Amino acid sequence: MSGGVDSSAAAALLVDAGHDVTGVHLKMAAAPSGLPGTGRGEAGAERSRGAGTGKGCCTLDDARDARRVADVLGIPFYVWDLAQPFQERVVDDFVAEYAAGRTPNPCIRCNERVKYTALLARARAVGFDALATGHHVRLDQAAAGRYRMRRAADPGKDQTYVLYMASQDQLAHTLWPAGEHPKPELRAYAAERGLGTASKPDSHDICFIPSGDLGTFLRPRLGAREGTFVGPDGRVLGDHDGAYRYTVGQRRGLGLAGFEQPLYVTAVDGETVHVGHREDLEAPALIADGVTWVAGDPPKAAALGAQVRYRGRPLPAELSDLGGGRVRVAFTAERPVGVAPGQAVVLYDGDECLGGATITSASAARKPAPPVTRCS
Amino acid sequence: MRAYLDHAATTPLAPEALAAMRPWLEVEHGNPSSQHAAGRAARAAVEDAREQVAAALGVTPLEVLFTGGGTEADNTALKGIAWAARDAGRGAHLVTTAIEHHAVLDSARWLALRQAFDVTEVPVEPDGIVDPGRLLAAVRDDTVVVSVMAANNEIGTVQPLDVIGPALAQRGVVLHTDAVQAFGRVPLDLDGWGVGALSLSAHKFNGPKGVGALMLRRDLPCEGLLHGGGQERGLRSGTLNATGIVGCGAAAQLTAATAAVQVPRLRALRDRLLEGLLAVGDVAVNGSRRLRLPHNAHVAIHDCDADGLLLALDAAGVAVSTGSACQSGAAQPSHVMTAIGAPLEGVAHLRFTCGRTTTTAEVDHAVAACTDAIKRLRDGGSALPW
Repeated sequence: MSGGVDSSAAAALLVDAGHDVTGVHLKMAAAPSGLPGTGRGEAGAERSRGAGTGKGCCTLDDARDARRVADVLGIPFYVWDLAQPFQERVVDDFVAEYAAGRTPNPCIRCNERVKYTALLARARAVGFDALATGHHVRLDQAAAGRYRMRRAADPGKDQTYVLYMASQDQLAHTLWPAGEHPKPELRAYAAERGLGTASKPDSHDICFIPSGDLGTFLRPRLGAREGTFVGPDGRVLGDHDGAYRYTVGQRRGLGLAGFEQPLYVTAVDGETVHVGHREDLEAPALIADGVTWVAGDPPKAAALGAQVRYRGRPLPAELSDLGGGRVRVAFTAERPVGVAPGQAVVLYDGDECLGGATITSASAARKPAPPVTRCS
Repeated sequence: MRAYLDHAATTPLAPEALAAMRPWLEVEHGNPSSQHAAGRAARAAVEDAREQVAAALGVTPLEVLFTGGGTEADNTALKGIAWAARDAGRGAHLVTTAIEHHAVLDSARWLALRQAFDVTEVPVEPDGIVDPGRLLAAVRDDTVVVSVMAANNEIGTVQPLDVIGPALAQRGVVLHTDAVQAFGRVPLDLDGWGVGALSLSAHKFNGPKGVGALMLRRDLPCEGLLHGGGQERGLRSGTLNATGIVGCGAAAQLTAATAAVQVPRLRALRDRLLEGLLAVGDVAVNGSRRLRLPHNAHVAIHDCDADGLLLALDAAGVAVSTGSACQSGAAQPSHVMTAIGAPLEGVAHLRFTCGRTTTTAEVDHAVAACTDAIKRLRDGGSALPW
């Protein structure tokens, strides 16, 4: 129970369906308290700025909101401190990925390494049958009892993209009641149930960067990483103030004016940010690794829909297995624009999420040219 | 079946205390500072309570100041004595221990951080007892107060005030002790130990919440934290909480009068509990077994996840404590566990504390629930993925 409306409504739906429900709020960062050096609430400088603003998903306000929902529902409620595993498995990974020039998705890592492993294991060890969250995913069982993950009833809120790594064993112990309802319906239901979170705004930011300012978060961890913009012809076009501020496909905020066509980031290579035109970004194919399949086995049909970003849409693609968990995804019709290594490619058959993998490289229509070195 | 085994967190209000308080909730309403009949009646009730607390501690009534709780008593003692001593030019150094309640520890640290005092935190031995030699070695000529708790709130270890107190008295150094947990559970010889100030909290001995007492010797200079009407020897302004104070007095009297019966009874319950917990296997006692409050069992359960165990016990109706909680309510490794060098990874540290209302059936239920939950959590490997 994050303190948001989705998990609040999910808990209420389960209570009303007659389940024996216990609420848990995950504390993902140390909140400041007491005096310095008292061993309570050190670190988490970024978080402390978020505390009290009601933004993000792990502030004191959110913990209180979740607790009050549990009070209304009459269920036990606990706060579990996951700050350390979250830091090690999600935040550190996030920083390391940016350091390597990739664009990580921390929500995927959190689901994969915290919520659906550590949290689910603990819940089951304590004696619970299932872990329920407020994620917008529809879960059902196909023939032979196989669990299927399908697009949410509210397509605009669908979260299959960040849960593609779920296994049959995990899904057998998972409930996603919010996924069965459009968001306005959930809000109305929460209001009707008297839950204080009914009209709370949706969170959009990365929960551990409540300010939304990625540069301010990364600079103390990665240094400035100033460098140059290099154009499609290899010419240096200007200086930039930090490579991690730029993501493949980005157009806004480059500060490069006076060009005939709009320029996009096509690649980030160390301190060098390659820019080019829209057609340079079109990827006919990509390579991804760490592939997982919801069914346990790869799909039989090779023709699938492949989605390369959270709020993207699936494009027709063909899948080929490269072995060792690596796959090649070739786009057969429309090509995606701006495929960022580090993001996930998630594969769909209609509205069913089949699985996914982490993008390692995209084969660009045109390779970014090496920077031209000047002789002095 | 429910088992409330968290009497160190708080205790149920004794029927005797409730009976004493009732008229002060339902009928009487006078301000003890008023001169008229209603005020005089309230004043008389407060003074009765002061005598009850003084008698229970073996001090004179004017040495008892009522506060808003144990935390306020600790804050007043540490800051008030330190300020007054520095003003008198006696120095600006405090000595305390690493296992004090945060009301003492953070008061001392605040004095160091914001008020330019010098603070020495003396570590404790692995059995949770401060070594008197180490403590006394930290005392300097400019030491203005030494604060050592009578017994620890988490692991229940009883500190050697019988050795520390007289040695400090000989050197003319003031001793404050936080006796919030110790009162009514171990004998407190305030005169023999030369205690200058002592903190109590009513709800830890079956009185109401929101009331505490500071025993402060009359010749010991101390500044107050709250300024205003000048109540409580001018050290604690604010209209006296007559209802709470009456309850505090009744509970103190009850505690003192029944200690001879309660202490052996609590010890027997605790021993039964501990025996049952140790029988689970890979369970160890934290802190000295001998120098320990009679109602406290604090155990390290190896290969077991603390949050999961607390949840499982809660579901089974067993109320125990895992130590401190942060603002959001998450359990955190306590400074006491760190101070005694207890292992933290994959170990559940649980505190069980018995009280006046605890029965053998409750203890047996808790042992059964614990045995079951620990076994399930160990089988589920819950301590591993974190």
